[in-house]
Amino acid sequence: MSTVTVPAPRAGRAARPTGSSTDNSRLLAWTTVNTVIIVVSIVPVLWLLSLSFKTPASIPDSHFIPRHWTLENYRGIFGTSLFTRALLNSIGIALISTFLAVLLASMAAYAVARLRFPGKTVLVGFALLISVFPQISLVNPLFNLWRELGLFDTWPGLIIPYLTFGLPLGIYTLSAFFREIPWDLEKAAQVDGATPYQAFVKVIAPLAAPGMVTTAILVFIQCWNDFVFAISLTSTNRSRTVPAAIAFFSGASQFAQPIGSIAAAAVIITIPIILFVLFFQRRIVAGLTSGAVKG
Amino acid sequence: MADIVLDHVTKRFADGQVAVDDVSLDIHDGEFVILVGPSGCGKSTTLNMIAGLEDISEGELRIGGKVVNGLAPKDRDIAMVFQSYALYPHMTVRDNMGFALKLAKLPADQIKTKVDEAARILDLVPYLDRKPANLSGGQRQRVAMGRAIVRDPKAFLMDEPLSNLDAKLRVQTRTEVSRLQNRLGTTMVYVTHDQTEALTLGDRVAVMRSGRVQQFASPEELYDRPKNIFVAGFIGSPAMNFMPVTFEGGRLRTAFGDISPSPAVVSKLAGSADGRSLILGIRPEHFEDAALVTGAEKADGVTFPTTVDVLESLGADKFAYFTFGGEVARHAELEELARDAGAADAAGGGDQVVARLDAASGAREGEKIDLWVDTAKMYIFDPDTGANLAV
Ligand SMILES: Nc1ncnc2c1ncn2[C@@H]1O[C@H](COP(=O)(O)OP(=O)(O)O)[C@@H](O)[C@H]1O
Ligand SMILES: [Mg+2]
Repeated sequence: MSTVTVPAPRAGRAARPTGSSTDNSRLLAWTTVNTVIIVVSIVPVLWLLSLSFKTPASIPDSHFIPRHWTLENYRGIFGTSLFTRALLNSIGIALISTFLAVLLASMAAYAVARLRFPGKTVLVGFALLISVFPQISLVNPLFNLWRELGLFDTWPGLIIPYLTFGLPLGIYTLSAFFREIPWDLEKAAQVDGATPYQAFVKVIAPLAAPGMVTTAILVFIQCWNDFVFAISLTSTNRSRTVPAAIAFFSGASQFAQPIGSIAAAAVIITIPIILFVLFFQRRIVAGLTSGAVKG
Repeated sequence: MADIVLDHVTKRFADGQVAVDDVSLDIHDGEFVILVGPSGCGKSTTLNMIAGLEDISEGELRIGGKVVNGLAPKDRDIAMVFQSYALYPHMTVRDNMGFALKLAKLPADQIKTKVDEAARILDLVPYLDRKPANLSGGQRQRVAMGRAIVRDPKAFLMDEPLSNLDAKLRVQTRTEVSRLQNRLGTTMVYVTHDQTEALTLGDRVAVMRSGRVQQFASPEELYDRPKNIFVAGFIGSPAMNFMPVTFEGGRLRTAFGDISPSPAVVSKLAGSADGRSLILGIRPEHFEDAALVTGAEKADGVTFPTTVDVLESLGADKFAYFTFGGEVARHAELEELARDAGAADAAGGGDQVVARLDAASGAREGEKIDLWVDTAKMYIFDPDTGANLAV
């Protein structure tokens, strides 16, 4: 692989007395498109945020910025074990699923990228097939099976289907990363005295780290956001995750809609995703392999 | 340190391709051996088999008297420099060089001493804390060498270690490699496709073609007594000139006159039909401007007139290109060499002949000149087998 060369900024740009009209109109077009995309994606989030700070009475008042700010909704959801326990379940189940998916997918992706074995294309095709399989069609059989096996309403009962859909995603993403790592590095490690396991752990895995982090984020988001399995394969606090628990929120009275609480819960469960992405952004973007070979 | 013996080693890949075909080499302890040949001839595969990175399909490989066919690379105690260098991009130069020692569980202070020593030898001290991405091509190459020499292994294997350097640096590093090997005295197997590198570095050179060793001998031997037309055309720069010649009435009829073959050739040709065609090989340096050849020497060769098509003056020598206008010597191996060189003016490329003349020669482009050729240094090849009839 050749060293990445950063193109030098065009010196003429700034010095040019009048910006050329094509440059300006392109800038304008890009700005417009980007603004529209940002607005479209951020308005619902801000709206949710606004709802979560409104008092129940002022929710239908159609003011974007709340007239009366309140933390009552947040206090309310953290006051019930329905939400706090669900949050715990969500975090636990998503983290375990992600960890297992990345671990297993790394090994599988490595084999796919590096080894020649019979049936490889079939295996990869099958993985892709699973990832596009409609989840809803699995709900009924899994519901019955899990009850038979005693997995219904347990953490493993959710972790297993999450792995089913997380692994193909992981294998796909990671094998792309592994393919980018020069074969010679592993040979060099072996000649240097490494066992195949040491070569993987000390040389290949660190280089594939950005890929693993990317995969982890994708799988985590997938598990964290799941509603279909969470609502169908759980029945109590024992393993109900937040997206499912939100459906069980009740209002202050029997007739009141729990919109404020739902909004607050939605805001809370968005936070880990934002943190996750912000924290690992640099790792995802960093290309570690530059300089491995000649140049 | 150890000797390396390849005993009828064959490599057959899963797809049926035979990359290395019945190769036997006896590499002595401390020897600097070169594997040279056109690309795709199986040099890297041979080296990888010695390293343990490729399985051996048939035959036996012994390092230090021990059969190692079944041993993993890590148990063979050899160091290798890759064409791509294969530096670990996430480690500093120091960690790259110390990696093998760390795996061998050497104490940290010993690792430091050894890495510092190697860095000093290779002029890498200022770069020890850099990552490979922040090094120049030459520095990366030296780190790759450093990674090998810190270990004090039984043998060094190098796969075209200089091919990614520019021409000037390559020559410089070539002498460094030579000095390094002299100093360490470790057995070294070095792969290259560059015959100059092979001749200048090797104690002995194995010339390979299509997975087979054509000749395994000292550089002088390869140059003076090539076993066949392939070795003759591959070794030497500019490459040997080839032209058709007929054997008639006990004499060789060449484009520049009749000559009497040497006794060795005569005995080989005894009994062959009159008028048999053969291939004549003459190295460019065995021509000379007839005006510069003195009396006694002149009698050992043949003088003939020709017209210089192109003259290249290189300061120390002049290269004169001319043609005899006759037929062209054809041989499958010559065509292979020409393909590898990727140039028409390589061996077997048309009927053009190149002569290397002294700088004092008065040869001029487009003008007539008398050239002299040393008939004692001519080679005669069998056009069917490619064998050199004079050895
Ligand atoms: N893994 C492989 N599978 C099949 N054929 C291979 C493999 N590796 C190399 N070859 C073939 O073996 C021959 C020798 O290759 P190699 O040893 O790399 O040549 P060299 O290093 O002399 O250029 C080539 O024809 C190449 O195509
Ligand atoms: Mg090679």
